[in-house]
Amino acid sequence: MEGDGIGPEISQAVKDIFEAAKTPIAWEPVDVTPILKNGKTAIPDATIESIERNKVALKGPLALLTHVRPPLVRATSLFNLTLRRTFNLFANLRPCRSIAGYKTPYDNVDTVLIRENTEGEYSGIEHVVVDGVVQSIKLITREASERVLRFAFQHAQEIGRKKVRVVHKATIMKMSDGLFLRVANEVAKDFPEIEFDAELLDNTCLKMVTDPLPYNDKVLVMPNLYGDILSDMCAGLIGGLGLTPSGNIGDECSIFEAVHGSAPDIAGKGLANPTALLLSSMMMLRHMGLTEYADRIERATFDTLAEGKALTGDLGGKAKTSEYAAAIISKL
Amino acid sequence: MLSRSSARTAQAHLQNASRSFATVETDIFKPTKFGSKYTVTLIPGDGIGAEVAESVKTVFKADSVPIDWEQVDASGVDSGAPGSAEEMFRESVASLKRNKLGLKGILHTPISRSGHQSFNVAMRQELDIYASVCLIKNIPGYETRHKGVDLVIIRENTEGEYSGLEHQSVPGVVESLKIITRLKSERIAKFAFAFALANNRKKVTCIHKANIMKLADGLFRTTVTDVAADYPTIEVNDMIVDNASMQAVSKPQQFDVMVMPNLYGGILSNIGAALVGGPGIVPGCNMGRDVAVFEPGCRHVGLDIKGKDQANPTALLLSGTMLLRHLGLDDHANRISRAIYGVIADGKYRTRDMGGDSTTHEFTRAILDKMDTL
Repeated sequence: MEGDGIGPEISQAVKDIFEAAKTPIAWEPVDVTPILKNGKTAIPDATIESIERNKVALKGPLALLTHVRPPLVRATSLFNLTLRRTFNLFANLRPCRSIAGYKTPYDNVDTVLIRENTEGEYSGIEHVVVDGVVQSIKLITREASERVLRFAFQHAQEIGRKKVRVVHKATIMKMSDGLFLRVANEVAKDFPEIEFDAELLDNTCLKMVTDPLPYNDKVLVMPNLYGDILSDMCAGLIGGLGLTPSGNIGDECSIFEAVHGSAPDIAGKGLANPTALLLSSMMMLRHMGLTEYADRIERATFDTLAEGKALTGDLGGKAKTSEYAAAIISKL
Repeated sequence: MLSRSSARTAQAHLQNASRSFATVETDIFKPTKFGSKYTVTLIPGDGIGAEVAESVKTVFKADSVPIDWEQVDASGVDSGAPGSAEEMFRESVASLKRNKLGLKGILHTPISRSGHQSFNVAMRQELDIYASVCLIKNIPGYETRHKGVDLVIIRENTEGEYSGLEHQSVPGVVESLKIITRLKSERIAKFAFAFALANNRKKVTCIHKANIMKLADGLFRTTVTDVAADYPTIEVNDMIVDNASMQAVSKPQQFDVMVMPNLYGGILSNIGAALVGGPGIVPGCNMGRDVAVFEPGCRHVGLDIKGKDQANPTALLLSGTMLLRHLGLDDHANRISRAIYGVIADGKYRTRDMGGDSTTHEFTRAILDKMDTL
């Protein structure tokens, strides 16, 4: 799913790099423009079929929808919600790693955050009780909690981290976050070799922004809203959404995506930075077990960024998207 | 914060507003006063509370501040005696109702389901101290990763995610209610704009998640926008909470006054505190219709360093100077805050959280010495 705006350009860069690295991947391009179905925005059937068939997908940024309220909602939020529900993408995986060559106030950040993707504050259950009084329901279920927590422990094993930490606010939300925390304690018993602890959301925010380094050996897992906020905050530590990958993991299908905007102002000019989509595509390769290819492309990418000769405009360079991709390819 | 004169300015504007549900009133300020001395409730709180409260008492006494403390040692830590924690909590609320003014540390909240509800939250709800103000600003001479940060977080204190309404529909399925009302959104919005106007601030940013919680956060955002129409000189914009968190750690200088529902306030005040040097230096207050309670802006109990004489009393001291300004005791407030900033800028005495090795007592002593020279 190439997406809108700069989507096609950055997708082309990824395709070129994949071809140069001889990755055994054949792309099947599909359309992501939402369609109206019975008065509701929906994903085209052909797209759904393709994802169901292939089990793995890579997705570029989507444009702002101007015809929905509130305005300026990214199609991504609607589209993603639909995708998540259609394919039961229960876990959102958001690693953030400092990029050598792009200086921020924080160095050597290497966080891994997993967010529950299907319920919590984003249950979508809201109602107006009387005029001026709204109830919004945060839904926490044992089933969804256990699923994402189990994934967190498994992922920690996979990437060789020894610690899993749950972020919660069970002091205030004693039942809902309390349930999440209780399930976490139970799941932890099945993974005795992984150290498990829990931290209050407030403390996590404070400590991560003060010094993110102690989080480099942990996998963080949390309910939906906290994960949404903290994953973007971590991206802020290393330079923004243009440099972070994202993966939505489901029972059967998984979708990897760039979570940044579609940047219509520079679309078609060949100036866009494809790094986020590229990093997401490497996450995809690893998910498919093509680790060697991912490692090679990753080294080439990080070397190119560290060298700083062929950086795109957003990173303070002058290179075009294609020049940046060519630099990575030459490293390969 | 709202000084007396600024409260009046705010009031002048609020009178023009069409509705008046419990917004800032002129009689917000009716503390107990005997002779020429004010009686103020002091709740040291748990963790480092006792130590930093001691520091405040010492400094205030040295400057002959006309305040009599009415100290209530409420605690959220279970002492074993049934009902004793609850009783002390009731007493602290009664004392605040009497005196209308308080200086407070943070009370511990247990996680266990059988444990009591957060006393901090209960107190804010019962006294209807609805507006939490948290001042995030770099302290001169104390370098952190970010420079030029000067923002204010105004947080709705009495509803939202902290409603305390939760239930289990069937085993393994829990619902937690977030309540947003127009009335409470409106008064916090008015407070934020009045605050901005009174303190020469230029911009109010509404923080929300209205793209997902369309009704709840949508109502909050719409209400803030509606209230903004009454304050044409103040710029208003809005930002989604995840983006705001990202912007806060990369470009915090863009923010001025930020107004938001309860939970986002907790998140952003912690991010904010981390930008300028931690919870030990961030002052704050909770304003209500009748009662004003001054407490550290970034609410951490500090149980881990309790009794070690390591705590940084700056947050409570500066909250105390906000209280002094609230009372119109600006001379005292200025002298004390100048001494605090002076000691920190000198860099010789700093507590452990600021990278020094001074004890709470040594740091307090240094402030006293500094006051003698002013």
